Formats: sequence, C-alpha cells, structure tokens
Amino acid sequence: MEAFTTHTGIGVPLRRSNVDTDQIIPAVYLKRVTKTGFDDGLFSAWRTNDPDFVLNQPVYAKGSVLVAGPDFGTGSSREHAVWALRDYGFKAVLSTRFAEIFRGNAGKQGLVAGILSQDDLEQLWKILEENPGTEVTVDLDNRQAHAADATFRFEVDDYTRWRLMEGLDDIGLTLRHEEDITAFEATRPAWMPKTLPARTAD
Amino acid sequence: MAGTLAEKVWADHVVRRGENGEPDLLYIDLQLLHEVTSPQAFDGLRQEGRAPRRIDQTIATEDHNTPTIDIDKPIADITSRTQIETLRRNAEEFGVRIHSLGDKEQGIVHVVGPQLGLTMPGITVVCGDSHTSTHGAFGALAFGIGTSEVEHVLATQTLPLNPFKTMAVTVTGALKPGVTAKDIILAVIAKIGTGGGAGYVLEYRGEAIRDLSMEGRMTICNMSIEAGARAGMIAPDETTLEYVKDRPHAPQGADWDEAVSYWKTLRSDDDAVFDAEVVIDADTLEPFVTWGTNPGQGLPLSGEVPAPEDFVDETDRFAAERALEYMDLVPGTALKDIKVDTVFMGSCTNGRIEDLRAFASVLEGRTKHPDVRVLVVPGSARVRLQAEQEGLDKVFLDFGAEWRQAGCSMCLGMNPDQLAPGERAASTSNRNFEGRQGKGGRTHLVSPVVAAATAVRGTLSSPSDLGADVAPSDLQPVA
Repeated sequence: MEAFTTHTGIGVPLRRSNVDTDQIIPAVYLKRVTKTGFDDGLFSAWRTNDPDFVLNQPVYAKGSVLVAGPDFGTGSSREHAVWALRDYGFKAVLSTRFAEIFRGNAGKQGLVAGILSQDDLEQLWKILEENPGTEVTVDLDNRQAHAADATFRFEVDDYTRWRLMEGLDDIGLTLRHEEDITAFEATRPAWMPKTLPARTAD
Repeated sequence: MAGTLAEKVWADHVVRRGENGEPDLLYIDLQLLHEVTSPQAFDGLRQEGRAPRRIDQTIATEDHNTPTIDIDKPIADITSRTQIETLRRNAEEFGVRIHSLGDKEQGIVHVVGPQLGLTMPGITVVCGDSHTSTHGAFGALAFGIGTSEVEHVLATQTLPLNPFKTMAVTVTGALKPGVTAKDIILAVIAKIGTGGGAGYVLEYRGEAIRDLSMEGRMTICNMSIEAGARAGMIAPDETTLEYVKDRPHAPQGADWDEAVSYWKTLRSDDDAVFDAEVVIDADTLEPFVTWGTNPGQGLPLSGEVPAPEDFVDETDRFAAERALEYMDLVPGTALKDIKVDTVFMGSCTNGRIEDLRAFASVLEGRTKHPDVRVLVVPGSARVRLQAEQEGLDKVFLDFGAEWRQAGCSMCLGMNPDQLAPGERAASTSNRNFEGRQGKGGRTHLVSPVVAAATAVRGTLSSPSDLGADVAPSDLQPVA
C-alpha cells in the first residue's frame, strides 16, 4: 500500500445520501477476478443515464476528492467499491457518516475516508458548487481539509491514520503476533466447528 | 463485571488486547467463502507466498453467480464461469472444502453454514458478504468483511478490530397472524434508519423474538446490515439447541454437553448496560413493505406512498424525492394499488424451508395473476430437495411459478435472473437499491406471505386481502 500524507485534487460534490455500494459499482462488474481495472464500473448507472450527474460535468470529471452525503458506502461488503473509486483516481472521500465495512475496506487500500461535521459538509459542498474545479487539500497528518480559504477538520481513527501514513500491510503487522495466535488456538475447546473432515447429512 | 452477549463473545475471542489505540486482535472460528469476493484474496496469498492458516475452519460454496436453470450445462456467461472456475481452482490448490453447483450442499453461504451445523452459538463467523450477520441468530458474532480482510483471515485466522458498541432491540408482545419476522426487521430499519445501527451490534430480545423459529431469527439478523449495524445477535435458547443438535457438524457426546453448558452462559446479564436501546411493540405491527430505494424507506402495507414534504429532515426529503422518481410512484397512492410484474421468492433473507412453506400455504388452491411472473429460488440445494419431498414444488408449479435451482439469483441479479428496465418486483430479498435486481428495475421488499398474496392479486397485498377464500393456514403466524 502506498503511504499517504497529503493530497491535493479537484473536489467533487456528490449531494446524495445513502450512496450504497451497488450504486458505486453494480454487481455485473463484480465478476472479474482481478484487483484493478474497475474504473469503468464506478457509478456506472448514473454516469450512463444521468447527464447532470456530477462526474459527467467536465469540470469535475478529473476529481480526486469526493465529498458525499451521509451513509456513504452502505449495503454490500464488496471491496470492489473502493477499488473502483481508487482506479478512477479518487484518493479521499469525505462524508458525515460511512458504512463501517466500506470504511474498513478503504483503510486497507489507501483511500482516506474522513468524517466531516454536517455544517462543514454543507459549507464544503457550497464552495465546490459555487466554484467548480476548486481543489481540496487532504492533510492526513493534521486531519484537515483545505478548500478556497476554508479549513475543515475531519476524523480518521488513530490506528487507520498511522497505517495509511506508513503504508503498512495489515497481514504483516498481525503476523508479528503469530505466537499469540498459536497460544490462543491451544486454548480453544474441542467442540468448536471444523469444516474438515467434511460431514454431510447423507 | 456484567456484560452483554456481544461483549462476552468478543472477550472470549481476544487473542491480544490492542495497546495505545491499536485495535484488538480477534480470533475467527469460521470463514465462509464464495466466488465473488475471494479470487483477489487467494491471489494475495500467492503473491506473498502465504498459505491459509486453518483450512479446517474454512468452507467454500458457489452462489452469487450461479445459474438457476440448466445447471448441468456449462455456464453460458463466460465471466461468471471464469469466476466460478477460479474458486474451484483456488479451493483445490489450497485444500479448501468446496460445495460446487450440482452438489447437495451447494447454496447461499448463509443457508449452507447453519444447515451443516457449522454455525453455532458463541463462535465468530466471517464471510466476504455483508449478510454474514445472518449467523448471529445462533448467538454467534458474525459479520461481513471486504476482500482484504478475507485474505487477512485466510493468512492469520484473526482480524484487527475495534470493539463494537451494543444496542438492545427489544421486541415486546406477540405478532398478529400474517405478520412475520420480515415485518419486524423492516419495521426496525424504518424506525432507526439505514445508518441507525452504525457502530453497533444489535441484540434482538423480547417475547416476540423468543417466539420465533431459528429461521425467523435468521431473517431478522440477516438484515441487521440494512440498518448499518456491524452484526445482529440473539441469545441462544432451547429453540437454538434443538436446531443445532444432530446436524452434520454439531458437537456430539461429551463435546455436545460441554458446548451446551457454555452456550447457556451466553446471554446478556440482567444488569448489563447497552449503549443504546430501541423498543418495538409486536402487537401493533402490520405487514411491512418498502416504497423507496433504501430498506429504511418502508411503511405498513395499509399505508400510502408518502410525499417528500412529509419528511422534516432535508436529507430525507431529498432522498424521498429521488426515490419516488426512480420508483415511478405518486404520493398518496395506496400501497396496495401498486401493480407488480415479478414476484421473487428466495435469498439468504427468506430462502429457507419455512419461507417456502409459508409461501406455498398462501398459493395453494389459488390462481396466479396472469400478468405476474413468479420466481421461486430455494436458498440451497438441500432446501430444494426438502421442498420437493414435501410436495411444495407441485404447489409452485400448479400455481404457475418457476421452480429454480439454488443460489442468490435475483436478489442481486449477477446471474441471468434480472428485472428488465422499468419492471417492478415484490421481493423477499433484502435490498431495494436502484438497479439492484437489474438495471432500471424497481424493488419492493416484502415477507414471503405478502409476496404470495401479491402473486395472486397482482398488486402489493397481504393474505388478509385474499377475501372469503382465505385458507385457515394463511392466518397462522409464520416465521
């Protein structure tokens, strides 16, 4: 994972709440077995059918900081939603509330998911709509976003921020504690489920 | 110290407490895999030269992409076929148990786990699928994860996680005839909203929950994610033990006794403190239906399509406006006047044998509305076999429904079972998102008995709308 400290790019105001992961990338794009190349699926229904959709406006099309309404990333656990945002070029999403699985997935892939207050969200939307193409700087170190002359504080938990800034691989971190895992396994009761050897009803 | 059910299960799985803001490292007892969210995880293992840590705590099946007809022929869609073949190859390479299309144990992961007796109280269960919350019905801590986490669990059998908050969802009283577990959970989501459960494990309790069968409880826990919750749980009781006992992987002999004595400790202490509580009165519940494009946009079936002005909150008002436009609905229309084109009976929410029985009990002796297509998709191959043993397939076929093979099917439309643009469905599944069941398709979420009554009348209906010929069996409370 690439380390993240700050990023500056065009802010994209997405004035919608409950943007579920089926909207971010529909299920038909989930059949691939690769981890990249999902940008064509990003918001595909809206990009195809709605000329007013924000990413269909040339000034926002090259955006890399998405500013979305509450409950972003709800629904399906598909990490493809994060891959699609990343592949399109987004480096950060700011919203007042994220679905937890989405937020977890973002943290694994180097996509910043920062939580803004409702007032700040409204103000940031206003800046990005009144002056389309305005750049937003996402400063992860200080947990601040800057746009025009305004500064907004966003929340990211300490651990995720540290991992993002260091670009650390979670599995490698966990395997530092392999002895603890082995010790824990030795205490597990015998009745715990085992898939092997396979048993079936007949 | 007094604890909630979720806190107890959590505490018993902590490998290592996090220090200095680090998350806890939580042990995972069981991982379920399917073809859509696993290929990139296996690739990750290969790239790093890692092996799965516990293949004896891992099981795979094929469900999201699988066709529900002609399953003995090669899968026509090449990308779907490739994805399924990739899972088969990965299972073989890494030694993971797999139940493939055509196998009696194949089916939707969340139907297969409980059916095999792998899902049991007090364990931790994960799957790269948000509806993993289903398994919480047994008093397991079960939640959906992303593909990076699937790889993490394969490699380490653990996950770094911050503890969840707990919310008690107390459902008092008793359900009226014709009102089901599905109506309880749709009412809960309408009450707390799609983000209301964010950060919480919901524990469902109260008389109405105790009175439900295991399958009804699974329906409720299944949709916890639709309220934004990480998981849903129900404390194990006699109903749970009876369901688990003698299943293929259930503990046996002395192991069973030891397990049961532990499982009996798995309840929230009387003086446990929840971070939040909501109370729902089951006595007042009616059959519920969604009118919009998120599962929180639901109302009792006797109601009318709301107007955007009915919503005080600006975000809700704007969301309602968009939803009504997408759903092509006019405020003030009686929900029961909404015509549907397709009835979908199935999914991990309502694709179990009791669901099929409830659906059949309403259809039996009645005629399908000529304009409605009815698709019945069992949750697993074994559910299909059992339904056929009970003669339910004949009821479906006589009625004019299509009786399909097991899988996720039209719940998410990854296989050819999709709505056409503009088509409207009454669906027993879990998500009414835009385009979820097919590009441009419109979804109303309902219970199996409402789906059945709708298939008879052609408009959203409950069994009580079927008039003088209501069979007594329609009026029995069902799961």
